[in-house]
Amino acid sequence: MLREATNLIVENDDMPETFATVGAITRAEVMGEICHHLAPFQIGEKPITGATVITKDLAIDSLAVMDMVMEIEDRFDVSIPMNVVAEIYTVDELADTVLKLRARR
Amino acid sequence: MGLLDRHAGLVSLYSEVRATGADPFQIRMERVLSPTEAIINGKKTLLVGTNNYFGLTFDPSCMEAAIEAIRAEGTGTTGSRIANGSYSEHVALEEEIAAFYGKKHCMVFTTGYQANLGIISNLVGAEDFLLIDADSHASIYDACKQTQAEVVRFKHNDPASLEARLRRLGDKPGNRLVVLEGIYSMLGDSAPLKEFVAVCKKYKAYVLIDEAHSLGALGDNGLGLCEKEGVLDDCHFIVGTFSKTLGAIGGYCVSNDPDFDVLRVTTRSYMFTASLPPSIVASVRQALKVVKAHPELRTHLWDNVATLYEGLKAKGFTLGPEHGPVVGVHLPDKMLAIGFWRAMLDAGVYVNVAIPPATPNGVSLLRCSVSAAHTKQQLDLMVEVMTGIGRQMGVIPAGPEQRAAGGTR
Repeated sequence: MLREATNLIVENDDMPETFATVGAITRAEVMGEICHHLAPFQIGEKPITGATVITKDLAIDSLAVMDMVMEIEDRFDVSIPMNVVAEIYTVDELADTVLKLRARR
Repeated sequence: MGLLDRHAGLVSLYSEVRATGADPFQIRMERVLSPTEAIINGKKTLLVGTNNYFGLTFDPSCMEAAIEAIRAEGTGTTGSRIANGSYSEHVALEEEIAAFYGKKHCMVFTTGYQANLGIISNLVGAEDFLLIDADSHASIYDACKQTQAEVVRFKHNDPASLEARLRRLGDKPGNRLVVLEGIYSMLGDSAPLKEFVAVCKKYKAYVLIDEAHSLGALGDNGLGLCEKEGVLDDCHFIVGTFSKTLGAIGGYCVSNDPDFDVLRVTTRSYMFTASLPPSIVASVRQALKVVKAHPELRTHLWDNVATLYEGLKAKGFTLGPEHGPVVGVHLPDKMLAIGFWRAMLDAGVYVNVAIPPATPNGVSLLRCSVSAAHTKQQLDLMVEVMTGIGRQMGVIPAGPEQRAAGGTR
């Protein structure tokens, strides 16, 4: 599932900085991990992309979003405060937040 | 667009629940007969979901104390603790709870919810860090919204997950406050408190523990998990409630912090609400005496927990991880949980039903709470009723005892 989800992003994400390395992790890696955790909440065949609005385009409630965020936090060794999570809407924004916090470590 | 359209998601979830013909959120207790029985839908019903852990709601001495207080001081205080609502009895209650814990200070609130809301949001502010267990009670989550502190969740009952988050804060300035619960209200599991305290000490974090469901139930004197685990001195703030074991309503926080009393003029949920009525203060003071004088209530409670937990487990139900005054029974999905709950009620047993989003990890539960006032016969009946419905609905296999008997020894 991880592999599929990663491929999905590479195909759908046309941002050139996708593969930019920040603090030894790539954006693609972060996107892949996020998509892996969001895949169970996918609605139908609609692919998960950077523009996916997490609580709108997926069948996921706010509590499950916070649980997913904890997994992402541990995978990349960053903490995303709850008030920051509240302002994240899209997959891209979540990935950017992880990369930004990584860079600040 | 209507003002309430924003709740459309929850409304559709709720109507799904109501479509089953039962509304677990609008149950009416037509008449409460005792700590363990009430009339519901015109029928005498066994109560196994009321948090009434010692059954003190009908304790004659507590009832008399409340009645006497009404005659002496009236029905309400009609004012806040910082205005006309502090009577000698409120202060005496605070002194008695502080002495019970061996702590210097105590503040009494009108509800347990307000205690958590006010205390937690006032202990940390901008530049501070609040670390909460993922399965925290709604009052703790709501406190998070009332503080400027950065809030970080750690995995439920996982000291390593807390440690990772404290470590990541590095040498950032600001206080760290870790919020835990003695017994968690949905599955009845208790926190690995010693391990948590060790992590908090290592990272110089303050500890606040909510003993709402563990007051009376845990520790040699019933102080809660902090006493049972021998870390009373390492819990900087202990919050609790009068609405469970003590059979009334209200909340408290005790602490040794020398500046604790400043919270009386900074905590809005304490300052801007009427204080507890005299009857409640009186019954709680008496209930505390009963808890101290009758440790056998604790023994009864745990015996009853064992009867229910082991009884249901033997029939093949999936339960919360450990014995506790709350016994959470896992069911495979939300609609089945509602149907099961309804069938239990029709058979004369009331329990709580808990479904997402109010439950951790999206689980659906029948939440049972045990009382020292339950008789063994009542709990055996409860197991029997639940087993019958469980088999009928295919939740547990038919006749698991036979299979167990044929297993290896």
